Amino acid sequence: MVAVSQQQLVMSMDTSIRRAPKSSSDTLFRLASFGSALLVLIVLAGIIGSMIWGGLPAFREFGLGFITSSVWDVQRDQYGAWVAIVGTLTTAFIALLIGVPISLGIAIFLTQLCPPWLKRPVATTIELLAAVPSIIYGMWGLFVFAPLFAKFVQIPVSQIVEGLPIFGTILYARVPSGVGILTAGIILAIMIIPFIASVARDILDQVPPILRESAYGIGCTTWEVVRHVLLPQAGVSIIGAIMLGLGRALGETMAVTFVVGNANRLSASFFDPGSTIASRIANEFNEAIGLQLNALMALGCILFLVTFLVLVLARLLIARVKVN
Amino acid sequence: MKFKSIAALAGFAAVSCSLAVSAAEITGAGATFPFPIYARWAETYNKETQNRLNYQSIGSSGGIRQIRAKTVDFGATDAPLKGEELQKDGLVQFPVVMGGVVPVYNIQGVATGQLKLTGEVLADIFNGRITKWNDAKIAGANPGVKLTDATITPVYRSDGSGTTSVFTTYLSQVSESWKSGPGAGASVQWPIGQGGKGNEGVAALVQQVPNSIGYVEYAYAKQNNIPVSQLQNKAGKFVSPEAKTFQAAAAGADWKSAPGYGISLTNQTGDEAWPITAPTFILVYKNSDKPEQVTEALKFFDWAFNKGDQAALDLDYVPLPAQVKTMVRSTWQNELKDKAGQPLLKNPS
Repeated sequence: MVAVSQQQLVMSMDTSIRRAPKSSSDTLFRLASFGSALLVLIVLAGIIGSMIWGGLPAFREFGLGFITSSVWDVQRDQYGAWVAIVGTLTTAFIALLIGVPISLGIAIFLTQLCPPWLKRPVATTIELLAAVPSIIYGMWGLFVFAPLFAKFVQIPVSQIVEGLPIFGTILYARVPSGVGILTAGIILAIMIIPFIASVARDILDQVPPILRESAYGIGCTTWEVVRHVLLPQAGVSIIGAIMLGLGRALGETMAVTFVVGNANRLSASFFDPGSTIASRIANEFNEAIGLQLNALMALGCILFLVTFLVLVLARLLIARVKVN
Repeated sequence: MKFKSIAALAGFAAVSCSLAVSAAEITGAGATFPFPIYARWAETYNKETQNRLNYQSIGSSGGIRQIRAKTVDFGATDAPLKGEELQKDGLVQFPVVMGGVVPVYNIQGVATGQLKLTGEVLADIFNGRITKWNDAKIAGANPGVKLTDATITPVYRSDGSGTTSVFTTYLSQVSESWKSGPGAGASVQWPIGQGGKGNEGVAALVQQVPNSIGYVEYAYAKQNNIPVSQLQNKAGKFVSPEAKTFQAAAAGADWKSAPGYGISLTNQTGDEAWPITAPTFILVYKNSDKPEQVTEALKFFDWAFNKGDQAALDLDYVPLPAQVKTMVRSTWQNELKDKAGQPLLKNPS
C-alpha cells in the first residue's frame, strides 16, 4: 500500500532523472548482507561442532579427568590437559602483567605528552610491531632473547634468591636455559603491547578535549589528569582493549612453542619449562593418530572454552563498570 | 619489437604446453626427514626426464593418512608400517635411503668425538637416573676426559617426529627401564629436560645451555658443527657417526626378517655399526587405481637408486647398500604388477 502510493507519487512527478528504488534489488542486498553475517555464525558453529566431535572420544574416555589429570603419555594413550591449561593461563597472565602497564604508558605518552614531531614515528613503529609474524617473535625469542635472558636475568636472579623462602622456589632456575614459562610470558607481552597500545591510544584520543583542558585549568598535574579524568572516562573501553590482548595471548601458538620449553610438568618456578594448549597442539598435531588426535581436538575445545569464559568475564566486568 | 617478443612468448608457451602433455607428475607426501634429498633428486630427475615430483613433507603420519586416502601416488614414512597393516591396506613398503640420529652435547672443553657413551648411560641420562657429568658410569668410559660435577640438562624434540621415534626405539632396546618407562614413539613422556621444536630447536637449546645433551639428525649436526659423541654398539665397540658406520649397520641387518623391510636398524650387530641408524620408507598401493602413476613413481626411485647416491652423500644421507637395492627391485618385480600380471616397472636397471 505504502509502496504503491509512493510509486504513484514518484511517477506523477517527472522522474526521468531518478528512478524509484526497486524493491527486488533492496531485498537482494538485504539477503546478501544477512548471508554474510550468517556465514560467520555457520563457520563458527562448524568449527565448534567439528572440534567437539573430534574431541568427544577423549572426553568420553577420560571424563572430567581429562581436565584435572596432568599425565600426557602418548605411548600408553593417557591424556590430561591440566599442565597445558595452567601453562596457558600463567603465560597469558604474565603477559598482561607486563604488557598492560607498558601499553597504557605508551598510549598516554602518545596522546598527552608526546611532542608532535615524535608522534608519527612512535605510532608507526608500534603498528609495525603488530604486523611482525609470530614465528619471527618465536625465532628471535629462542635465538636472541633466551641466551641474553639466561645470562643477565636467570643466572643472577637464581644466585640471589637461592635458599630464600618462596622466592627461592618461584624464581630459581634449576637449568638456566633462557626458555620457560616466564620467557614465554615476556615474549607474549611484547606481542600484545602493540594491540593494546594502539587501541588504547584511539580511545584516549576520543576523550573530549574540554574535559582535559578543564582539569588542567583548575590546576591539575599531568598525573592527576590521567589518573582522575582520562582513565575513568576511557575505563570500559580500555578493559576491552586489554581483553583483545588477552585473547591473543591465550591463543598464540608459534612464538610460545619456541620459547616455552615444551615440558609436560607442573613446576613451582617461573623459570622452568612448561607448555600451553596451543603449543601442545602445534607440537603434536602433525604426527598424531587415534586417541592422541582426539585428545588434541579436546584440548582445542578447552582453549575455546577458556577464551569464551574470559570474554564473558570481560563483558560482565564492563557491564558492572558501566552501571557504576 | 613488440611483435617479436609476443611471438617468442607464444612459442615458449607452445613448448611448455607440449612438455606438460608428455611429462608425468608424480605426487607424494609424508616424512620430513628425507625431504631435502627427495627435493634434490626431483630437481635432477626433472632436468633429465622432464617428469616432475611434487612432494609435500607433512610428517610421517600425514603421509600414511594421505596414501590411505589415495590422494597421493606414494606415501613416505620414517616409522615402518607393520606387516598386518600393509596386508590390510594392500600396500607395498620399501626403503629408499638412510640416515642416523646422533647425540649432541655442550660441555666446555670437550670437543666433538671426545665423549664416549654407552646406550645404557644415554638412556639413564634421558631418564634422569644419571644427573651429573662426572657420574662414575660416564667417567668409566671416558678416562682422560675432564668432566665436572655439573648437572646434565637433557634436550629433546617437543614435536612428534621420526627422529624421536628412532632415538627412543634405540633407548628401549638397550635399557629395560626405558622400555618400561617412557617407551618408544614419535613423542614420549620425557621425565626431565627441555623440549625444542624441530632439529633447529634442539640444536639451539643444546648450544645455549651449558652441560646439555640432545639428539638430532646426523646431517643437521654435521652441517652445523655441533659436537657429537661416540656410542658403543652391540659389538661393544665405540664408533663415531659417519657414512661408513651407518652403512655398516645397514649391511649387517636382516632386511628380510620383517615384511615390507620394516626392520629397525638400531642396535645392529657389526663391529663398525652405528647403533642409531634408520631407513626411511615409501608406501605404494599394490592394486592402485592409477597404476601408470605408480609406474612413474617406481621409475623415479629406480633412477634414484642408480644415479642418486652421490647427491645423498652430499646431503649427509646414506645410500642403501647394493644388495638391499637389488632386494627392493625384486620386490617391485614380484609384487607390483598390472592387471595382465606384468610388472609395473618393465626394465629396472
